[in-house]
Amino acid sequence: MYQYRRFNNKNGFFQKFGNLDYVLLSCLLILGFISLATMYSTDGGEVLFHTRSHFIKFVVFFSMMLVISFINIKFWFSLGYLSYAVILGMLIWTINFGITASGSKRWIDLYFLNLQPSELMKIFIILCLAKYFHRMKSQHVNSFYSICFSLIIIFVPMSLVIIQPDLGTSLLIALSGIVVLWFAGLNHKYFFYSCLLSIISLPIIISFLKPYQKLRVLTFLNPDRDPLGAGYQIIQSKIAVGSGGFTGKGFLKGTQSYLEFLPEKHTDFIFTLFSEEFGFIGSVLLLLIYSIIIYRVIRIGALSRSYFAKLFCYSFGTSIFIYVVINMSMVLGLLPIVGSPLPIMSYGGSSMLATMIGFGIVMSAKTHSQQSIA
Amino acid sequence: MINISDSATKLNSLNRRMFILAAAKIIILGGIVSRLFFLQVKENKKYLTLSDKNRIREWKLPPIRGEFQDYFGNIIAGNFEAYQLHIIPEEVEDFRYVIYRVKELLELSEKQFKKVIKKKNEIKPWETLIVADNLSWEKFSKINNHLYDLNGVKPVISISRDYPYKENFTHILGYVSQANENDLLTNENIKEKFVPGLKVGKTGLEKSFEQKLIGSNSVERYEVNAYGRRISQLAFQKGDKGETIKLTIDTKIQELTNELLKEKAGSICVMDIYTGAIVAMHSSPSFDPNSFVFGISQDEWQLIRNNPMKPLVNKSLSGNYSPGSTIKPIVALSALENEIIKPDFTVQCRGHKNPLELYGQTYHCWKKEGHGFVNLREAMKQSCDTYFYEVARRLGVDRLSVTAKKFGLGQKVFKDVFDNEKSGLVPNTEWKKNALGRNWVLGETIITGIGQGFIQTTPIQLCLMTAQIANGGYKIYPKIVANDDNQYADKFTPLYKKSRNIKIVQDAMFSSTNEVRGTSYRSRLDDPKYRFAGKTGTSQVKKITERDRELDLKTFEIPYEERDHALYVAFGPYKSPRYALSIIIEHGGSGGTVAAPLAKELFKMIIDRHEIRKNYDNKKYLDI
Repeated sequence: MYQYRRFNNKNGFFQKFGNLDYVLLSCLLILGFISLATMYSTDGGEVLFHTRSHFIKFVVFFSMMLVISFINIKFWFSLGYLSYAVILGMLIWTINFGITASGSKRWIDLYFLNLQPSELMKIFIILCLAKYFHRMKSQHVNSFYSICFSLIIIFVPMSLVIIQPDLGTSLLIALSGIVVLWFAGLNHKYFFYSCLLSIISLPIIISFLKPYQKLRVLTFLNPDRDPLGAGYQIIQSKIAVGSGGFTGKGFLKGTQSYLEFLPEKHTDFIFTLFSEEFGFIGSVLLLLIYSIIIYRVIRIGALSRSYFAKLFCYSFGTSIFIYVVINMSMVLGLLPIVGSPLPIMSYGGSSMLATMIGFGIVMSAKTHSQQSIA
Repeated sequence: MINISDSATKLNSLNRRMFILAAAKIIILGGIVSRLFFLQVKENKKYLTLSDKNRIREWKLPPIRGEFQDYFGNIIAGNFEAYQLHIIPEEVEDFRYVIYRVKELLELSEKQFKKVIKKKNEIKPWETLIVADNLSWEKFSKINNHLYDLNGVKPVISISRDYPYKENFTHILGYVSQANENDLLTNENIKEKFVPGLKVGKTGLEKSFEQKLIGSNSVERYEVNAYGRRISQLAFQKGDKGETIKLTIDTKIQELTNELLKEKAGSICVMDIYTGAIVAMHSSPSFDPNSFVFGISQDEWQLIRNNPMKPLVNKSLSGNYSPGSTIKPIVALSALENEIIKPDFTVQCRGHKNPLELYGQTYHCWKKEGHGFVNLREAMKQSCDTYFYEVARRLGVDRLSVTAKKFGLGQKVFKDVFDNEKSGLVPNTEWKKNALGRNWVLGETIITGIGQGFIQTTPIQLCLMTAQIANGGYKIYPKIVANDDNQYADKFTPLYKKSRNIKIVQDAMFSSTNEVRGTSYRSRLDDPKYRFAGKTGTSQVKKITERDRELDLKTFEIPYEERDHALYVAFGPYKSPRYALSIIIEHGGSGGTVAAPLAKELFKMIIDRHEIRKNYDNKKYLDI
């Protein structure tokens, strides 16, 4: 009797409210605040288009996340395949009717928002694969059929994104998918062999790259070969970060961004600007906030009852980690430049939307941690 | 339905893998942090410098050029404020309107206007467009009055070269003009200080003393953005003005030389015989160096270039002339020094009817009737050629050339101060063998004795020669920069063997000017204070044929190019000599009638000015 009542109460609105992960929420809010401050700095210390737009997007999508938190995790489980199919449809739509900007077709015009379906795919591929493996018996995970099927789930959106062309996002989609495969228990040797295979086939892959992509790889290996052309971004980015020093140049005092030496400072290179103005201390603090967020996400997964929720939380947390690491490594000159935004910090509605949906589902897993899924 | 144990295996595997990955994540995070540490803490200095290099750019401003002063501290090449008109196209709302309005106000010609438009298209919109670089005050104030509808137009006062004495100092100072590629290649200093519009010395002392005159750039330091646009000024570092160079020239005398040589081609040099200070040095015709400062117009340039009197040549230093009879003091001195003759050595000059004959060649004296029996003093006084043919024949060209070189002929007087100075030529037998591959013939010795043939001298060399005879035969080093304190070990060493020989020559030169029948007797000054001694010279530019001799034409009847050069060298005051001078009038005719009268005018002023010069020196001494 007591048990039953407790179970019932759990499902009440106030119970759910009390079950929200407030550490995660406050970390997200802090991150949102930092991103707004940084955006304000990219606008040159004024509230201009980017700041305003970023603020609106953050507020709207953060509220949306809260709403999602109250939706039963079962609902997301049931939506797994359908949402994947819808986004896939959107990707196909993009290829035919998308908006072209700077040489690639990535966006769908939704009147109030230019949606980038590839960003959404980063989350929904996790959802889809988590559902796929949730039902699977452990001995079937490594069966030929299931591996093939899951690889198809990954490859279809990936190739649709590659032809936009958007190498960065397609790689991130693939990585998100692979992460799920890893957690689902795919044999280690597959990862090992495919790693080996990709290293061996790297020269062949490079020969298939577009000239500008080849240039990026070459530039990564030696940025000084064309300091005013292809190497410009990475050189200027390193100068900005390096000149920030231990404590940074101070808020709104980053000369590299203020004097327009930094490329893409609103989006992919936002961390550079942050790091220039707040220095080593600030950068480490930012990393710490990301770490706490990721830790909380994984902790929610660990506390969840259902396999689906666990798989989703682990994979999503790891994906966030990968996005952060890839973006930072890129601006710090550790990886070649591929377009990859820093979650929440970077300007961009679709990325924010996708990230917030992800956090919403995680939060829903938290509020429904006792929910088991058949 | 999933069975319980299977679900547990799955969860186990999941948690295990999560654990592995968490460890990997910590390692990767550590990597990122250490990279941040490396860039921001360890390499911070390097990137800070790079960032400053990015954002800070320096603009050099043209340095302010040093001035030239004459002996009394008057500025003979200074700086003036040029009125200029600048436009920064980007700051102009309606460029077309403004530029047409400016064109109207400044009355620019179509050609000038097109040039401005062309320049505008070459520069970036935030760079300065110089519409006019030297406006008259009237136009400048007109622009200032219309500034209200000329948005973005900036009237600017900039510093530029000015030569207040116009053509008087042109050949000494040279002129400045826009630095060109050649200037940048040959002079490191110019390259280092170059800014568009920099003006550098092209000839004369302006070029020789470029190093000292140029000064150093003022530097404006600006913060710029990635596109090179100035955002804010960070610092202004004031440059130094170039050194002021003081010359030994007396402007009053220099102006007189210019006056005297008006309409003539020629040169006057005046020198202090003890210090070697050049008091005046002028080459005529001259031109106004101011017209070169902002670029000379093509027409004006062609006019100067094609003038048959060659205004561009500094005749004082690079004019090679046969010295004519002005060489005779050296010939006489050389003969006395080598004890070939005694002052009472006598030769009979028998006029044109009975010229000196040697190997079928005849050598005439200038005087048709001949001079009769003449000794050294008399021969010098009347400039008897026959006497000096004989002396030269006995002396030989080699011994003559030794004396001539000793007295400064055949070598550059100013060493490398002027890049256009010529060294002239004192021939000897060895020189001819080497240079022409033929043996010296006696006839050439004979004509060298009267300053014709191979021998070539510049006016400044003749002046130096006269000065060294006048000061009693002591070596001096001419100088044109006042505080040129080059110490020469052999300064004031005697150039003679017997000082009596110098006295004899001086006396002979005195007689030439101050005694009846002297060649420049009519140009004498009787007041002992001003009395001077000199030697005339008339150098032929072409061989006189038998027919010419019969015609005996007056100077004005001969075509200009074939007329004789008139020369005169002198020193004074005779009692206690202080100044020597040389005068050359190209194609002027006879030295006695054309060149010597100028010396009369000059000595009057030179000796009067000597007092002032001395007083100025003393006062300067007191001031210290």
